[in-house]
Amino acid sequence: MSEPSTADTVEAGPAGMVTDRDPTDAPVMIHLDGVEKVYTPGAAPAVEKLTLDVHKGEILVLVGPSGCGKSTTLRLINRMIEPTSGRIVFDGEDVTDIDANELRRRIGYVIQRIGLFPHQTIAENVGTVPRLLGWDASRTQQRTDELLDLVGLEPGIYRDRYPKELSGGQAQRVGVARALAADPPVMLMDEPFGAVDPITRDRLQNEFLRLQAEVQKTIVFVTHDIDEAVKMGDRIAILRERSVVAQLDTPARILSYPVDEFVDDFIGSGSTLKGLHFERVSGLDIPDYPVIRRDTSREEAQRILEGSDFRWLLLLDERGRPARWLNDAHVADTSRPLHEVGPVVRAMVERNATLHDALEAMITSSAGQAVIVHRDGTYAGVVQIELLTEVIGRMRREARRHYEALEANQAADATADAAGTA
Amino acid sequence: MSAPTTDAGTTDTAAEEGPRTARLAVLRGELGLIVTPVVLGLAFLAYWTWLGAQDLSMQATSALTTDNLVRQTREQLTITALSTVGVLIIAIPLGIGLTRPRGQRFAGPALAIANAGQAVPAYGLLVLALAVLGGVFGRANDNFLQNTLGEWLGPGLVITVISLILFAILPVLRNTMVGLQQVDQDIIEAGLGMGMTRREVLWRIEMPLAVPVMLAGVRTALVINVGMATLAFLIGGGGLGVTIRSGIQLSQNIVVLTGGVLTALLALSIDWLGGVVERVLRPKGI
Ligand SMILES: Nc1ncnc2c1ncn2[C@@H]1O[C@H](COP(=O)(O)OP(=O)(O)OP(=O)(O)O)[C@@H](O)[C@H]1O
Ligand SMILES: [Mg+2]
Repeated sequence: MSEPSTADTVEAGPAGMVTDRDPTDAPVMIHLDGVEKVYTPGAAPAVEKLTLDVHKGEILVLVGPSGCGKSTTLRLINRMIEPTSGRIVFDGEDVTDIDANELRRRIGYVIQRIGLFPHQTIAENVGTVPRLLGWDASRTQQRTDELLDLVGLEPGIYRDRYPKELSGGQAQRVGVARALAADPPVMLMDEPFGAVDPITRDRLQNEFLRLQAEVQKTIVFVTHDIDEAVKMGDRIAILRERSVVAQLDTPARILSYPVDEFVDDFIGSGSTLKGLHFERVSGLDIPDYPVIRRDTSREEAQRILEGSDFRWLLLLDERGRPARWLNDAHVADTSRPLHEVGPVVRAMVERNATLHDALEAMITSSAGQAVIVHRDGTYAGVVQIELLTEVIGRMRREARRHYEALEANQAADATADAAGTA
Repeated sequence: MSAPTTDAGTTDTAAEEGPRTARLAVLRGELGLIVTPVVLGLAFLAYWTWLGAQDLSMQATSALTTDNLVRQTREQLTITALSTVGVLIIAIPLGIGLTRPRGQRFAGPALAIANAGQAVPAYGLLVLALAVLGGVFGRANDNFLQNTLGEWLGPGLVITVISLILFAILPVLRNTMVGLQQVDQDIIEAGLGMGMTRREVLWRIEMPLAVPVMLAGVRTALVINVGMATLAFLIGGGGLGVTIRSGIQLSQNIVVLTGGVLTALLALSIDWLGGVVERVLRPKGI
């Protein structure tokens, strides 16, 4: 965040993005150029003139209402469906007309309902592509065990099982392992965690994100669940009918600045709250807050409280950790020492927590504010609701400015073009 | 074919109950496969002993020589084997072809013809075949069927086998098609999506998954053929039907009974054999 890349970049403000890497900085891995699919000649296309870049190492999520063409778009990439028109460029190579089977062996594919081969063991399922590529048995076996380990299935237990002997979540993992088998640079995943209960899905998502941090694949991920999109995506493409891109951006920017009513409706209520997942406490500019120590006198405490704009004082214990909240009444209560009056501080968050966590702490705190602590539990600051309001406002402004800049660029380009052709 | 269960409550049972119920089924199937031949063997011994204790007329004795019975049984088995092999050679490739994208539109007509083949009464089919094929035999003197196969096996047998093939093609054809069609589209898509060719998907995925249904059709065809082979005597094809006919002509009930019992035991043995093959060839995991 140190080098100011463009002049109009908003000051790398206190509210830094959680993922501060810009996915579009990486080279383009998949380039769709005006790709179109018409299933029934004469009817409306299922995918209409789609131009889209997927960058190396990013998870691009395609999300949109049912029937909008997400699966079709995905299947156009590995040519399970032949495009009616347009070009598909894969890692710099035009693959629109090459042998589809050869292309598919370079792309991991997890289909909507997994599709494990029921008559083959888990190991045979996972070893499908290596076998197609002609690997020898021992290399395939070694790779299979490695992958089962990677997706959290003990090879000794699961290797020789058949798909029907797995639970839904285990089958999904095998599906992912099978797609990863020949270490393809690209993975296409069509609602890979669709067929499991919410708790299992959450676990699979987390595991997969951890796995992705390790393997760094280029992934196109289809879902119809905006929450899954926000969680999994480095960028999200919100699609409307005929696979037309309504908005394509980072989750944080989409949540804070939906470009139109369709996107707004689609991300639904609570988008502001969801946006708080993308900001960390450590990025906040936290104002001074009145604190007292165990040895501070009552008179001193009274003076500090009167002299501040806040209704509560924070009392730290002898090791510098937040202990109690004190207001006027507590400070005036002479019946007990200060460190025995006032509500005990319970809601604390660490500096690397998200603002969403901070908000949760705030709501549960008796003083209505969240205490920030260092890793060792010592006091680091206090966050108040006003600060969150401010951050939300700033996120919106940043996103809006981003889009205004984009528009201005486009307008400038258009003018330049017009001047060029004139 | 259980798709993995979709909710948390059942995940564990899916993992544990699957193998257990499968084991039970295996046990039940295997028990039948072990008991059946024993029962059939005992029944044969019992009948044979009983027959030996009978005071047979001269006519009966001459009809029921061991030589005769063994030869007829062998003829019956030859007819069964040849016609079943013929059915497999024709019906399986046809069934595969009719489920491929290019063959699909012929599936309806082909099934209609196969249906018709089975709907014609067996006796009628044999006579028809005799009339038609007999004509062919008669006219073309250097016909391969007559001169080579016919000399080797006897013209009656050839015609019988051809008729039985027509008659028993339906179950194998239909089951091949159904077996291939019921393979989950998702599984095929997964195979293609990983870069398998259409042919690899057919041989490695679709065929193994269709095998149980196909084998059920083959077993049906076997049983039809071994039963129908009894009618081969009508056109000089031999088989145990010859003994039954002599019994009727000579009014020797015991001869008729012996022919009938042997035919029944043979059919049951063949069905058992079909069951064994089904068990052995069924892929694990489904
Ligand atoms: N093989 C096909 N032949 C004809 N039309 C098709 C075919 N496959 C899909 N369609 C149509 O194309 C459109 C897009 O379908 P697609 O499967 O891509 O939607 P989707 O966004 O993946 O939906 P979902 O979220 O329900 O999976 C739909 O209107 C669908 O009816
Ligand atoms: Mg879909």
